[in-house]
Amino acid sequence: MKTVKVYSTSTCPYCHMLKDFLKERNIPFEDVDVGADRESAQEMMDKSGQIGVPVIDIEGKIIVGFNKEEIIKELGI
Amino acid sequence: MYDLIIVGAGPAGITAGIYAARKRMDFLVVTQDIGGQAALSWDIENYIGYQFITGMELVKKFREHLEQFKVGIKEGEQVNLISRYKDTILIETDKGNYESRTVVIASGRKPRRLGVDGEDGFKNRGVTYCATCDGPLFAGRDVAVIGGGNSALDAVLQLSKISGRIYLIDAAPQLRADPVMVEKAEKSGNVFIYNNTMVERIFGEKFVQGISVSRSGRTEDLDVQGVFIEIGSFPSSGFVNDVAKNDTGEILVNCRNETSVPGIFAAGDVTDVPAKQIIVACGEGAKAVLSAFEYNNKHA
Repeated sequence: MKTVKVYSTSTCPYCHMLKDFLKERNIPFEDVDVGADRESAQEMMDKSGQIGVPVIDIEGKIIVGFNKEEIIKELGI
Repeated sequence: MYDLIIVGAGPAGITAGIYAARKRMDFLVVTQDIGGQAALSWDIENYIGYQFITGMELVKKFREHLEQFKVGIKEGEQVNLISRYKDTILIETDKGNYESRTVVIASGRKPRRLGVDGEDGFKNRGVTYCATCDGPLFAGRDVAVIGGGNSALDAVLQLSKISGRIYLIDAAPQLRADPVMVEKAEKSGNVFIYNNTMVERIFGEKFVQGISVSRSGRTEDLDVQGVFIEIGSFPSSGFVNDVAKNDTGEILVNCRNETSVPGIFAAGDVTDVPAKQIIVACGEGAKAVLSAFEYNNKHA
């Protein structure tokens, strides 16, 4: 199983959709609230080169936004 | 050949899908996202049955309702062209082509761009069109909100609790937003309102560092890390040329949701129906499918 990290904010609808999708597919993931945690926000900006949520890190592969198709491809599900 | 293709999956498109499923139509939903503008609404207090619900929760319920039925949903797919050839409606997307006897266009509206230098280059590098999504990322930072309507003030009030200085930049002499919101912003202490002010450009290096604004011939640079653009929206109707539209691009529909082209129906915020409300869009989506169903029966 690939390591998955989600950068999100508590208010962002697409973040919730993304996390619901991962839960539906039984994909374990680490969830970081970049609205509350400045260090993680900086980490997300460094990794993705942008400021916008959600960002998903699938073992080093960075996908910005809830791009279902890309995520499915990357996870091989 | 499908009986129906629904373009969009906001309140109008999802309701259309539920009605089409119950009519046992052979149909497909083609959409970029689920929920549309409703997903981004913060507090919803006028959708009947819920005294209060967030856009996110309401959209989740809409989706669950639709997915009770076995529905083909093509998510993340962009429609490029809809046209009619003989009795068939042709739908061309970025992923393929479809043929259908009818189509319901429920593609909604998209945020309007400001059209200044730096806007595209700094998109998601400080420039955002979704305060609900990205607001918390600008905690403690100075930001600008562009616009003067309720959506701009909504962004200002969300940000005023978490951000540093907030510059509200409005091109008009007076804010259009509800006075109760303007009063709250004025009282917050960290909101600076610039009326009669135009944004000239957005600048920075990797991320936004500031904006240049001009007011009565004088230009000023404001140091901000975030730029929230809330200057309204435009109908997402560019992919259909043959139907009649009004001068803002809204698709003209009659009380049966028929457009000027037989077999092409439209519903929700993409149409010229004046009330842009979730509950109205839902009703219009239902009406459009019932009309499409009737049309197919007549032309069987």
